Amino acid sequence: MTDFLLLAAEEAGHEVHKGTFTEYMWIVPLLPFLSAIVIGFFGKKMKNRGHAVGIAAVAIGFALSLVGFAELAAGNAHVEKAWTWFEFPGGFELEFGMNYDFLAGVMFVVVTFISMLVQIYSTGYMHDDERYTWFYAVLSLFTGSMLFLVIANNLTQMLVGWEGVGVCSYFLIGHYWEEKENSSAAMKAFITTRVGDIGFMFGIFALFVLAGTFNVGEINHLAEEGEIGGTALTVAALLLFCGAVGKSAQFPLHVWLPDAMAGPTPVSALIHAATMVVAGVYLVARMFPLFEHAGAALDVVAIIASITMLMAAVLALVQDDIKRVLAYSTISQLAYMMAALGVGAYTAGVFHLFTHAMFKALLFLGSGSLIHAVHSNNMSDMGGLRKYMPHTFRTFIIGSLALAGIFPLAGFFSKDEIIGGALRAASEGHRATAWIVLVSAVVTAFLTALYMTRACVKTFWGEYRGHGHPHESAGSMVTPLWILAIASVTVGFLGVPVIGPVHDWLHLPGHELHGFDPFYNLILPAGSVLLALSAIFIGWQVFHKGRLKVDVLGGPFAWAYRFVANKYYLDELYIRGIVRPIQYSWAKVAYWINQKVIDGIVNGAGTATLGGARVAYTIDQDVVDFAVNGAAGITGASGGLLKYIQTGNVQRYAAVLFAAVAVFVAAIALT
Amino acid sequence: MPVSYFLVLSALLFSIGIYGVLARQNAVLILLSIELMLNAVNINLVAFSSMLADAGLDGQVFALFVIAVAAAEVGIGLAIVILMFRNRQTVDVDEMSLMKW
Repeated sequence: MTDFLLLAAEEAGHEVHKGTFTEYMWIVPLLPFLSAIVIGFFGKKMKNRGHAVGIAAVAIGFALSLVGFAELAAGNAHVEKAWTWFEFPGGFELEFGMNYDFLAGVMFVVVTFISMLVQIYSTGYMHDDERYTWFYAVLSLFTGSMLFLVIANNLTQMLVGWEGVGVCSYFLIGHYWEEKENSSAAMKAFITTRVGDIGFMFGIFALFVLAGTFNVGEINHLAEEGEIGGTALTVAALLLFCGAVGKSAQFPLHVWLPDAMAGPTPVSALIHAATMVVAGVYLVARMFPLFEHAGAALDVVAIIASITMLMAAVLALVQDDIKRVLAYSTISQLAYMMAALGVGAYTAGVFHLFTHAMFKALLFLGSGSLIHAVHSNNMSDMGGLRKYMPHTFRTFIIGSLALAGIFPLAGFFSKDEIIGGALRAASEGHRATAWIVLVSAVVTAFLTALYMTRACVKTFWGEYRGHGHPHESAGSMVTPLWILAIASVTVGFLGVPVIGPVHDWLHLPGHELHGFDPFYNLILPAGSVLLALSAIFIGWQVFHKGRLKVDVLGGPFAWAYRFVANKYYLDELYIRGIVRPIQYSWAKVAYWINQKVIDGIVNGAGTATLGGARVAYTIDQDVVDFAVNGAAGITGASGGLLKYIQTGNVQRYAAVLFAAVAVFVAAIALT
Repeated sequence: MPVSYFLVLSALLFSIGIYGVLARQNAVLILLSIELMLNAVNINLVAFSSMLADAGLDGQVFALFVIAVAAAEVGIGLAIVILMFRNRQTVDVDEMSLMKW
């Protein structure tokens, strides 16, 4: 397979070098797995309770990822290696392989970087936690699973990493399982994503039936060549997208993500920025050539993403829990990435994944710092914190501005590329859905700036409304914040329109690179910044100055507020429409089957065993024991008779002996 | 000289030995009687050896073996008798009836 791709690259006119380090990138996922094992078994005996091993593993992984990425950027062809994992009769084999290209390279840098910072941050945040060692072991496993998913060269291996990520998220969301609510949230996350995973699995099966292989590169190649296609391919692509909808919390399976806030805040940062929810976006990006050639599949992606981004952005406006604001923001931003892929703006979508990881991790870790200081998740318990927590305040503002898309922060470049891509697709008429994406993307950009303004105002301005005296967090927590703040400011420049290296790195062959265009590269960005600034201005006026007071609880818009505050009643719909009917009707059926069928079988087996035991008991008592006791009794009785001969008088014995000899001699003599 | 003379002597000697073993109560005398029986056997062996000339000296050599073994046996037997006397202050075999049920 490697040779095949290298040949293809050579034919396409690229000079092909094999990297020194890129060959060995499989070490990067291996490290966190090893550290998870080491921490799990020996962590409690270590002086630092295990965190040093975990941090060292991802730090080495991060260094390797940077080196590997540098080699990719220097023009080395991507590396694909595969070994046979299982071989089944009939010539069908499962591969176990690595596929390291720019997409994987970007993901590696993001995952290891965020994981490293989150683990450093957690030494402060989780310091007094009972299950500190366990927490670090699962964090390592989480990171390892995500890297395993990213490096997979085939869909089955990807599924393994995918489920590994799901299990680890279950452990981490339910970290404080002593409270029922938290363990329920963990179960909700696990089961909701499982709904999507069923689609993902059937998508893999369908693709295997269609293409006869699990290999990602080969499937994409076959789709591009038109060897596979038609309705079957569309269905397969949509099934794969089901998995992405579950994992990336898109409508209608987004309900788990806000509840996943029950986990410790560093975990939320990791889930939202690097290791879990972006897996769905990564899947679509990885299979992008397939989606492109799968008929209406990409349009479905675009529409689902448009619905999700608007819906989540509105929800973020009415939350009081600061982590929930960020959670809905994540859903909305993931939808942004999906929408970018949906209109064919592949580069922009993946670049937004990259920049979003930086500022969303920053915002989550910042909110963790706030929660650590205030001991409450609710913004109604905060306020005025800019005086008490200057570092958290400054970094949080940087993150918010990056998310809102203010020039020249990271979010500006990637978001702008997406809006530009949608406009291009719409005006050139490639895709009918592009107009929908464009409108929702612009509205969402406005809403994003608005809800972040609201969150910042409620948190940092006004009077302190909580209890106790908040104070700035420890250095281990503030340092990662500043590192991420710097990253949020700088990484955007990698994607400067036209000249940014990202356009070369994340460029799909067969898609034209856009040249400089005054409208797309100057007017549109200026417009989007103006839009964001106006949203911030309006937000400042409404939430800080208190103008335009709308009575949301009474008044003419109360019904709308209730509708949004109840999350569009989607949770209720799922509970009443799906969970309860299944719970009650199926519970009865299951009870009947359990009572009549399973219990019948079990009881029958028990009765049969009992009867058999009775027969065996009779045989044992009456036959075997009789033989044994009889033998012993005969021996005893004969011994009791014969003992009288043993008088102890040697001369008596000798007399018997001689008498016997005489008898024998007589007998011989007479015959 | 016919061999039957020797056989009659041997039989008499053996019978005296059996009587001694069965009737005497003194352990030392029982040992002596056993020696008589062994010597009766020796006479038999030597007599038949000289009668059957082509058998060579087999019978006489065998008699020498019996004498040697008898000496060893008497040594052990007397040692047992001495120990018996030391422990029980008697050598009467009727008193030695502990080895019964």
